[in-house]
Parts: sequence; structure tokens; C-alpha cells
Amino acid sequence: MHKEAAIREPLILGHKTYHEITEDVCKPIEDKAPRMWYVLFSIALIIGLYGVGCILYLLGTGIGTWGLNKTVGWAWDITNFVWWVGIGHAGTLISAVLLLFRQKWRMAINRSAEAMTIFAVFMAGLFPLIHMGRIWVAYWVLPLPNQFGSLWVNFNSPLLWDVFAISTYLSVSLVFWYIGLIPDFATIRDRAKKPLSKRMYGMLSFGWSGRAKHWNRFELVSLVLAGLATPLVFSVHSIVSFDFATSVIPGWHTTIFPPYFVAGAVFSGFAMVQTLLLVMRKAMRLEAYIHTKHVEYMNIVIMVTGSIVGVAYLSELFISWYSGVEYEAYAFINRATGPYWWSYWAMMTCNVISPQLMWFKKLRRSLLFTFIISIVVNIGMWFERFVIIVTSVHRDYLPSSWSMFYPTHIDIGVFVGTIGLFFVFFLLFTRYFPVLALNEVKTILKSSGESFKDGKAVSPAYSLDEQHLAVSAQGNKEDNNNEH
Amino acid sequence: MAADTVFYAMYDDDDVLKNGAKKLVSKGVKVNEVFSPFPIHGIDPIIGVKNTRLGIMAFLYGLTGLMLATVGMNYFMIQDWPMNIGGKPSFSYLENFLAFVPISFEFTVLCAAHGMAITYLLVNGTLPGVKADNPDPRTTDDKFVMELRLSENAKFSAAELEALLKDTGIVELDQKEIK
Repeated sequence: MHKEAAIREPLILGHKTYHEITEDVCKPIEDKAPRMWYVLFSIALIIGLYGVGCILYLLGTGIGTWGLNKTVGWAWDITNFVWWVGIGHAGTLISAVLLLFRQKWRMAINRSAEAMTIFAVFMAGLFPLIHMGRIWVAYWVLPLPNQFGSLWVNFNSPLLWDVFAISTYLSVSLVFWYIGLIPDFATIRDRAKKPLSKRMYGMLSFGWSGRAKHWNRFELVSLVLAGLATPLVFSVHSIVSFDFATSVIPGWHTTIFPPYFVAGAVFSGFAMVQTLLLVMRKAMRLEAYIHTKHVEYMNIVIMVTGSIVGVAYLSELFISWYSGVEYEAYAFINRATGPYWWSYWAMMTCNVISPQLMWFKKLRRSLLFTFIISIVVNIGMWFERFVIIVTSVHRDYLPSSWSMFYPTHIDIGVFVGTIGLFFVFFLLFTRYFPVLALNEVKTILKSSGESFKDGKAVSPAYSLDEQHLAVSAQGNKEDNNNEH
Repeated sequence: MAADTVFYAMYDDDDVLKNGAKKLVSKGVKVNEVFSPFPIHGIDPIIGVKNTRLGIMAFLYGLTGLMLATVGMNYFMIQDWPMNIGGKPSFSYLENFLAFVPISFEFTVLCAAHGMAITYLLVNGTLPGVKADNPDPRTTDDKFVMELRLSENAKFSAAELEALLKDTGIVELDQKEIK
């Protein structure tokens, strides 16, 4: 038995038993969806379908429908790609890195954070694919024997590294997520009353029956997958940053990019987790499992990574001057004072100043404040990518080719559409999937549950002898509970 | 399988089950299986479940991935069609190795993770369409079931086993004849 210090805040509030945990998580799935769910789902679906329409139009017409020009060859597409990949970093970080560090608070949030990761990476993957214009030859990014020689893909190129990194990240995250889901699907299967849902969850749970040997394997597989996913999380965004850092464009050609991007990704990922979970916990009545302490922990992560990002911005600025390279220096002067100054300062305000407010305990434990900051951070991180990408290329080496970027309605439609699709996926997830790793949460009930910490536990006690004592003391306890 | 009597002893607490198992095993009873909604830490050595060797498999899959990536990239970039990209010719694998590090790593992880996950599902026998065989639907909620077989406990009679089980704080006892 792993004892936990009594002064540590409990992770599960209230006097929950194992069965109540199952009830609390499964109830929203088994009940009829509230009207609000249908409203949100319809809105997300309409926006998502509009995005799909824009994508189809783009594929039929060509990427000339984007506002790109000869100077700005990369703009919103890559901005959105990097933004979504960044958001997709929190889930696996929470489930993998925090598992290795044995952080128990991760158990309440890992399932939904991982779902968010997977959907965000879906959205991210869409952008390079549609950017190809001819999406039907997308398989050319794979090293397949072909009729051109065989002419192979270029393994020296960070763009190809990205193909491998993103697809590995997506599929490994998916496997990690699903392996954890199997036992929880089994719980829903064994509770299901309707034949259809019994069949569906029976299929999804792969016939899981919770044997000791299977749990033994389960724990090891989770641990090894976490060990594999941890360097993966860091490598993916490092490789995304190589897309820029290995080029010779002033403003991109910096060695600081990999850690800076990874910190930024974790920063934005946690912000998105906050945005989603603060609504979800309320709507699904999971306040006992995802409470202020969890929010506070996540805010601390946001504060730390936000500070890393802030230091990165400032060192970038300093080095551009200190390097003595006038192109580099100009790129940064142009960022801060050029025609895109507003995006630079939006980025600075959202990403450097707002996370510093989390030093105040009152603020980082305030749910409303957290919700606002999480949205501010997501906006700021979108601007960060926009600043890095567009302001670095729009003023070229040759002033004669300087230009601006103006998004077309297709640019906007595709971006907003991916947000819609993301919410379609996430809403479906909250409707049909166990949003909490409920069986994992049960393992921390005795060490971090409130009732076990204050000794008011009504469910069986630690050992058989103690249990007998507990049973004899049951009457007194129940009286105490009634008084509360 | 020959005809056999199976006992399903149900507990409503993981620690009670663990203590019960300890007690039974010390008396020479063989516990065949435990069904639980979540991993009971420390039950494996008591009932004689050996640690899984899936970790070794993951390492081997990873090694395979690393090897495949190395062989592949050496063939594509160095042997079959060496390209001079940006004034950096592809003469030998070793000289160009740095550019191959990211994909070597990614492919190692890809193979290790998927190889291990597939092996895990196969050895568990948990695959799409397989029917679950937990003795009681509540074992995926809040109940813990210990399974004993009469054939594996030849020195006890059915009545003796029942008496032993009843002494371990069970909440329900189920007995089933299988043919």
C-alpha cells in the first residue's frame, strides 16, 4: 500500500466507492445526451462541413485559392499545421511523461487529453496533405518503388522526417490510448442493458475480462509505451521545428528552435486541455475527479513552459542583434515594428505576460481565470506560428519581392473548419467513450481519495483485521456521516 | 478438459482478496485466477503469476525497426540512387548518418510500440470479436473474484475448500461444474 502524506490535497473528492466511480463516469454515456450536446454538436458539424467544402473546393481548383504569393509561399497552412501539432502535445505528455514520474493526478485527465491529442494530430495532418494540392499522389511521401527510376524520397529532408515523426506519433498515441481504453470499454460492456450497445462495447473491449496475468501485462505495456512515447513527444516537435531551423531564412535559421518549439507545444497543449476539461467536468459532473488541484497543476505546467517560451523569444531577439548578421537583425526588427507588428505584440502579450499571472495562487486556482487564460494562450500560440512563418518570409532578401499575405475566405474556411471538425470528434468522444480512465482512477482511491485520507471511508478497509474493526465501527461511522 | 468443479469467490475489496489469497496459498491452496476491475498491486507473486516478458519483446521489435531503417536508408540514399543535395554528396552511410538519426529513431519507436501492442493483444487473446469470460459482470466494476479449481487442489475436498474460502472475508461464493 502506497501511503500518501495527509497534507497533500486529495485527488478524488467526496466519499467515493469503487462503484460510484464507475457510476459517475458511465452515467453520462448511458443516459440520453443533454440538449446542449446536440446544440454544440450541430454547430461544430456545420462549421466542420463548411471546412470540408472549402477543402474540396481547394482540391478541385488548386492551392491558388489560398492567399499565397511568390514571396509568401507558406502561410496559414503551415501555421495551422504547427498549431494543431502543438496542441496535440499535451495528451501524450500527460499520459507518458507523467506516468514515468508517477504523477497520480494525470489519471483523471489523461484519457480526454489523449483523445484531444489524437484529434488535434488528425487536423494537423490534414494541412500538409491538402497543401500538396494533388492529394491523390500523397503516397509519394513514402519510399515506395516507382516508375521514376526508382527515385526515392529524400531522407535528408526535414519534411520527410516530419512524415515519419507525425505518423509515428499519431499511431503510437492511438495505440497507447486504445490499450488503456480496453478495460474501461469492458466495464461499460458489462453494464450495458441494450443489446446494441452491449454488442458495440463488446466488440470495442476485445473480450477483456480482467485476469491477473492480463493486468500484469497491461501495466508493463503501459510503462514501456510511456517510455517510448516520452522521447517521441520531444522528438516530434523538434522535427517540426527542423522544417524551419534547417533552412537559411533569417528568423528561422536558429538552433534554439527545437526546445523552444517543444516548450511552446506543451504550453499550447495544456491550454487546450484546460479549455476542454473545464467545460467537460462541469457538463459531465466530474468535479470530484477533475477539481481545482488538477487545474492548478496544469496551470503550473503552463506557467513553466510559458516562461521557457518567453526566455526563448528574448534570447532569439538578443542573438539576432548579437550575431551581427544584418539580415537576422532586420528579420526581428521587422517582426516587432514592421507591418505585422500587431501579431508580434499579440504573441508577446498572450504568451509571455499571461502565463506569468499564474504565479499568484489565487489566480491559478480560479477556474474562470484559467479558462480565459487558456483561450488567450491558444490565440497567442497561433500568432507565434504566424509570426515565425509569415513575418520571416514576407520581406525577402530582395526588397523588390517584398509583399504581404492576405488570407482568402478559403484560408479562413479551412482553418475554422478544422476547429469545427476537432469539436465534432471531441463531442463524439465525450458521448460514447469513457472520458476518465475509470479503472485507473480506482487504483488511486485508497491513497488519494478524500474519504481514505480523513479516515471516513465506509468501503472496506485496508487489511482483513482492520476490516473487521471497520465493520464493528460501522454503526458509529454512519452516524457521523449523517451529521455531515 | 475433464470434469471439474470451479469455485468463484467474490470479494468487494482488493486488499481483502489479497490477504485472503495469502492465507489460502499458505495453506497450500492453488489459486487459479483472479479477475479484477483494475490491477491489484502485489497479487502476482502471491498467486504465482510470473512477470511478463513483453518488455524484452519490445526491445527486440525496436532493434528490428532500427535495423530496417538503417538497411532501408542505406539502400535508398547511398546504394541505389545517391543524390547530391545542396552540395552534400551521399558517398557513405557513416558520413550522412546525422541526417538519418531522426527517422532511425522514429522507426525504432514505431516498430517497438506496434510490435509490442500487437503481441500484447495476441498473447492476451483480447482481439476484436472475442467474447469476454469474466465470471460475473461486476468484476469490471467493483467486485474481485478469485477462481479455484478442485482438480488443482487434489488434497482438499470441495467442502474443505469452501470452508477455507468462507474464512477469507468473501461476500459471495459461486460453484460451477464444468465438463
